[in-house]
Amino acid sequence: MANTPEELSYTKDHEWVRVKGDSATVGITDHAQNQLGDVVYVELPKVGEKFESGEPFGSVESVKAVSEIYMPLGGEITEVNTALADSPELVNEDPYGKGWMIELKIAVASEVDGLLSAAEYEDYLKEEASE
Amino acid sequence: MLKRTPLYESHAAIGAKIVDFAGWEMPVQYSGPIPEHMAVREAAGLFDVSHMGEIEIIGANALELVERLTTNDVSKLADNQVQYSILTNEQGGVIDDLLVYRINAEYFLLVVNAANTDKDFAWIKQHAAAFNVEAADVSAAYALIALQGPKAERILQELSDHMLDRIPYYWSQKVKVDGVECRVSRTGYTGEDGFEIFCDPASARHVWNRLLVTGHDKGLLPCGLAARNTARLEAALRLWGNDMDETTTPLEAGLGWVVKLSKGEFTGRAALDRQKREGLARKIIGFEMEDRAPARDGYAVIIDGAEVGKVSSGSPAPYLKKNIGLAYLPIEHAAIGTPFHINIRGREVAARIVEIPFYKRQKKFD
Repeated sequence: MANTPEELSYTKDHEWVRVKGDSATVGITDHAQNQLGDVVYVELPKVGEKFESGEPFGSVESVKAVSEIYMPLGGEITEVNTALADSPELVNEDPYGKGWMIELKIAVASEVDGLLSAAEYEDYLKEEASE
Repeated sequence: MLKRTPLYESHAAIGAKIVDFAGWEMPVQYSGPIPEHMAVREAAGLFDVSHMGEIEIIGANALELVERLTTNDVSKLADNQVQYSILTNEQGGVIDDLLVYRINAEYFLLVVNAANTDKDFAWIKQHAAAFNVEAADVSAAYALIALQGPKAERILQELSDHMLDRIPYYWSQKVKVDGVECRVSRTGYTGEDGFEIFCDPASARHVWNRLLVTGHDKGLLPCGLAARNTARLEAALRLWGNDMDETTTPLEAGLGWVVKLSKGEFTGRAALDRQKREGLARKIIGFEMEDRAPARDGYAVIIDGAEVGKVSSGSPAPYLKKNIGLAYLPIEHAAIGTPFHINIRGREVAARIVEIPFYKRQKKFD
């Protein structure tokens, strides 16, 4: 069973979010990196770019496939994990830690309420698995 | 309704990820595309390629029919010899690429792509009517297992009565594999030494399992379609549907070495001869990305701000640790070293034409 840290929030697109005040850090979940396989390349946006909630902000690639990653919340990119350029495998090795992807300044605070809790995300994974 | 090879249950039993390929449920990976690819290069990989098609041509005019329908010179084959060839249409376009096995002067076995088996057979049958031959689609009578890698011979030898080092590259023999009657050829689609093993479907699981067990302590891994694709791409082996199709000629695809215009009449000969005399307008090239973003099939090639072609096959290369691909470019832009850009989902990323094959195995002379 994939790892789903209690203290984080989640989306149905398999992103995790660490909310701290009006700032959020985003990455992809353990389930997502496991499904993808070995990550060979991560395409990330530039600091200063702005996206709406649900917009693709980058992509993560395995040998076989390219998967887009979506903003869990609308906002402006304040930091990008440049370590992933040389070490994309960090996404597989430490998806919730060193594999973080972006930090953003949250534009609309109430959007945070739309995120899933760890329990809700795990239930969602169970539903997806039984389809 | 998707088709399954005789080995489907074996793949499912070990947790392979199964996908739809050309109407077949096939394993795309078992342990992962990267470990599988590395096993092929460093030890050995085992591939179920039973979905491929086999067409038998038997009779007094078998050689003549095959000679008339394919571009390579069939008359050069001895019994048990194999050649890579192209099935062309009247315009010189590629209907399929295939291996031609001469069993004897009146018995040829054509091994064709899974996606094209029905099309190829219909074309052959139509032309066979004028010849004294029987053409039959015998794909259901064969399972096909490919054992590829530097340790392939060592592994297969433990299960074979025949001295495998006596089978040269592009030759085949009847060989018993763990008591099972097979035809084994030293051929493959990975750029490594290796064998393709034809047996009856009922014996496939026995052969597959014995190979896996025998090869286990030598690093043999079962390998899926993902590793098959990255291995063939590093070796710059063409994939029909991506790197050539009925709208491209084998000359444009860089396969002039299997087009023997002087061998006599064959379908498409006049068109290919004219193209050779006039010179190509476009040709396939190999490229390397300048940075870490991989180019994928279908991405646009940009030179001087304009789209001049598309990537026909593009992927990360696990052994070479580069991002590589093939593309058709206008002849004036096709020189080795030419820099260009590829549109990767809206971003223009630098690439450069390089020599192909990207990877060439080291031949050992013991």
